[in-house]
Amino acid sequence: MRGAKIIVVFVYILFLMLPIYWLLNMSFKTTNEILGGFSWYPQQFTLDSYITIFTDPTWYSGYINSISYVLMNTVISVSLALPAAYAFSRYRFMGDKHLFFWLLSNRMAPPAVFVLPFVELYSAMNLFDTTLAVALAHCLFNVPLAVWILEGFMSGVPREVDETAYIDGYSFPHFFVKIFMPLIAAGIGVTAFFCFMFSWVEMLLAKNLTSVAAKPIVAVMTRTASTAGYELGLLAAAGALTLIPGVIVIWFVRKHIAKGFALGRV
Amino acid sequence: MFELLDVSKRVARDNHISNVTLALEPGSLNVLLGPTLAGKTTLMRLMAGLDKPTSGDIIFNGKSVVGVSVRDRNVAMVYQQFINYPGLTVYENIASPMRLAKVKGAALDKKVREAARLLKLEPYLDRTPLNLSGGQQQRTAIARALVKGAELVLLDEPLANLDYKLREELRVELPRLFAETGAILVYATTEPQEALLLGGKTATLFEGRVTQFGDTISVYNQPRDLATAQSFSDPPFNLASISVAANELVFNDASLGTLNDLNTDLAEGPYTAAVRPHHLSLVPTNRHTVRLSGVVRTSEITGSETFIHLNFADNRWVILTHGVHQVRPDDKIDIYLNPRSLFLFDSRGALAHAPSVKS
Repeated sequence: MRGAKIIVVFVYILFLMLPIYWLLNMSFKTTNEILGGFSWYPQQFTLDSYITIFTDPTWYSGYINSISYVLMNTVISVSLALPAAYAFSRYRFMGDKHLFFWLLSNRMAPPAVFVLPFVELYSAMNLFDTTLAVALAHCLFNVPLAVWILEGFMSGVPREVDETAYIDGYSFPHFFVKIFMPLIAAGIGVTAFFCFMFSWVEMLLAKNLTSVAAKPIVAVMTRTASTAGYELGLLAAAGALTLIPGVIVIWFVRKHIAKGFALGRV
Repeated sequence: MFELLDVSKRVARDNHISNVTLALEPGSLNVLLGPTLAGKTTLMRLMAGLDKPTSGDIIFNGKSVVGVSVRDRNVAMVYQQFINYPGLTVYENIASPMRLAKVKGAALDKKVREAARLLKLEPYLDRTPLNLSGGQQQRTAIARALVKGAELVLLDEPLANLDYKLREELRVELPRLFAETGAILVYATTEPQEALLLGGKTATLFEGRVTQFGDTISVYNQPRDLATAQSFSDPPFNLASISVAANELVFNDASLGTLNDLNTDLAEGPYTAAVRPHHLSLVPTNRHTVRLSGVVRTSEITGSETFIHLNFADNRWVILTHGVHQVRPDDKIDIYLNPRSLFLFDSRGALAHAPSVKS
């Protein structure tokens, strides 16, 4: 029985990892080898694809653009969501439950709906083709998500802790920064992770709100053909590099990630 | 001096607190006694300033504090749940109110260590509260309230979540610790026994009203009405509807004794008789005792005492006797009542007669 279990797990992981292995495998091959025939590992091992990406500005600026709007968006989303989530968690006000649900329903609207008005609006505001435009556009779905996750974590802290702090003499901002934020540090981390990931993988808005100066990596990668024909090796290397930020941020929140997926409600 | 003047608190349509008037003396120990949902916590939150009364006034040292933010009032509060700052060490938890009051350096360190010594927290100063036992967590919360030197200290069932041994210890220590600071101490509890052990003054709460306020022992001996008596008895009072006719106490056509026995003078009419469970016995105790009979429902044996629950006429009664008595459900047993231990309440629930304290 035990042996059977191990085999099942092994096969499952094998299937999951196969595409990722293949991506890495391709990224170390030349395009000719990729197109030439089937091989389990690179026959002519090469780092050329990676070197191209790190030296050609059209490639590496894609990463810089993506990282900058993702970070901007994460900071904006979390800092807007913190006070909002606190209000939802601690106060009762007219329509609070409906407003709270409406926030989540924002996530249900396909981004495609917003592409045209966004392009028009950002052009009018002279923000078109800036990383700030993408960062703001991604707030559309990241702020509600952040509010939902943070509210769950905040509601796990007893209200009496707040009251004790006020009785002790803390002002609200002092209490919030000194006492409350450390208590929900895991929640803030998980929230930042989700904002980071959703902004990182979003392509439609990012691609349409930029043209040249702020082109994100996902848009660069859609450029499959060049004068030299298909550059599959280059594309595979770019894909492999795109995985790295996710791996890094998930490492920091790995213990709390399940609670995040449950929107902080476990 | 801390006074509540005709304070009410309404939430939506419900009256959580109705027309409470209390005057608490400096340095006094005041117990708020009442069953769950009687409004003890609500009243404490009003006293602390965490909630605003719907009507009425709260006077602290001669000045109204309604609308004064809780930060600017000199109060401390300990909750039933162990509430600390989980992110800070025990030392910083205790130091927190003083840091905000800008106490610094050696003075702060001295007070923190002093409080830690009194509450036996010295070995744990560097730990965070969640790494401590429940009792240690609550002692941290108490130490924090202590160092603040507040004029009004509110303890909301502070020992309810602790185990038996710790409760006994802390119950003795708590009033002593705060007495030295000269603070007005308010202590909420559901347990009559705890109120009696603490002494001081007791305010009994029932459905958001203070039914009586006075010296604990006098409230116990002379409850003003049935609601007070009930909140101050555990297990509950045994009740029976009787009538007084021609100088006799009549229950179910049988006489329980004469008014002369009770050394009292009452108008004729219906009354509610109430007797404490430990005033009933299984053997006659003196020549006044009256024999009654009931049917056993269950019995609980604690070791030194036995609680016998029985159906008596249409009422459920409890008898508390010393020692172990084994009775089986549905047994018929005789119980003995000394009429001199009866409390009598008139048809509106007001006290008509209480047993004299000596008997």
